Amino acid sequence: MLIRPKAGILDPQGQAVERALPALGFEGVRNVHVGRLIELDVEDAGSLPEMCERLLANPLIEDYEIVEEAAA
Amino acid sequence: MRFGVVRFPGSCDEVDALHACRRFAEAELLWHGDRDLTGIDAVVVPGGFSYGDYLRVGAIARFSPMMEAVIDFAESGGPVFGICNGFQVLCEAGLLPGALLPNDSLRFVCRQVEVIVEATDTPFTRTCQPGERLSIPVKHTTGRYFAPAGTLPEDQIVLRYAPGQNPNGAMDDIAGVCNAGRNVMGLMPHPEHAVDPLTGSADGGRLFESLAMVPA
Repeated sequence: MLIRPKAGILDPQGQAVERALPALGFEGVRNVHVGRLIELDVEDAGSLPEMCERLLANPLIEDYEIVEEAAA
Repeated sequence: MRFGVVRFPGSCDEVDALHACRRFAEAELLWHGDRDLTGIDAVVVPGGFSYGDYLRVGAIARFSPMMEAVIDFAESGGPVFGICNGFQVLCEAGLLPGALLPNDSLRFVCRQVEVIVEATDTPFTRTCQPGERLSIPVKHTTGRYFAPAGTLPEDQIVLRYAPGQNPNGAMDDIAGVCNAGRNVMGLMPHPEHAVDPLTGSADGGRLFESLAMVPA
């Protein structure tokens, strides 16, 4: 699950990273946002949206994206 | 009249909250793993770092057995008062609108602030005057209040930081809000640390005094 601050909500962490990159010589960087990655194994991937809605993300302030990889 | 103060693993202000309650009424600690609220007239969810603030502040505490009981208590009209981490927990539990985000400075802030009482028709502020200023400390890293447009009616704003004193970038200088039923309130400042002039201000006691007027 990729969890990001919702668009339009001030993301001071992203801003701090965006200001730090030019200090290292990396120019032309914009729209930096810092979120979270949650990795898990699950038998029923159908339950993932509810997991996100109820616990893993706070839908008032965060967007989530589910990225599935089949078991190796 | 009897207060119950919830103690989670990681709480750190529950003893001060207990002390503040006992200036005005009886009070006892409630363990997060219990769910018995028998004899409790008002619940305080105190500050700290419940469950280590893992995942998001307040996110895990909200599912503890005691919080399930507190949610039932609140939904049946019982007064519930969340301070700092307690405010975060009540927002996560859906008992209050909005959420708390990291301070705009990304820094921990710890300072005395003045808050303005915007609403006195709540069980938490009924001994205050409209527009009255209270001097209460804040100490937090995740105190920037935010509510999506249309989710927080103006009359649910109970406390605002005085002009120029917003310590965290909170929307509209909001320091404390209540629910539509006006029986649940959360605030970022710590009234339990301001109940004795010895520590600089006794203004926080006004909120506990108001709550202690709940009929037993």
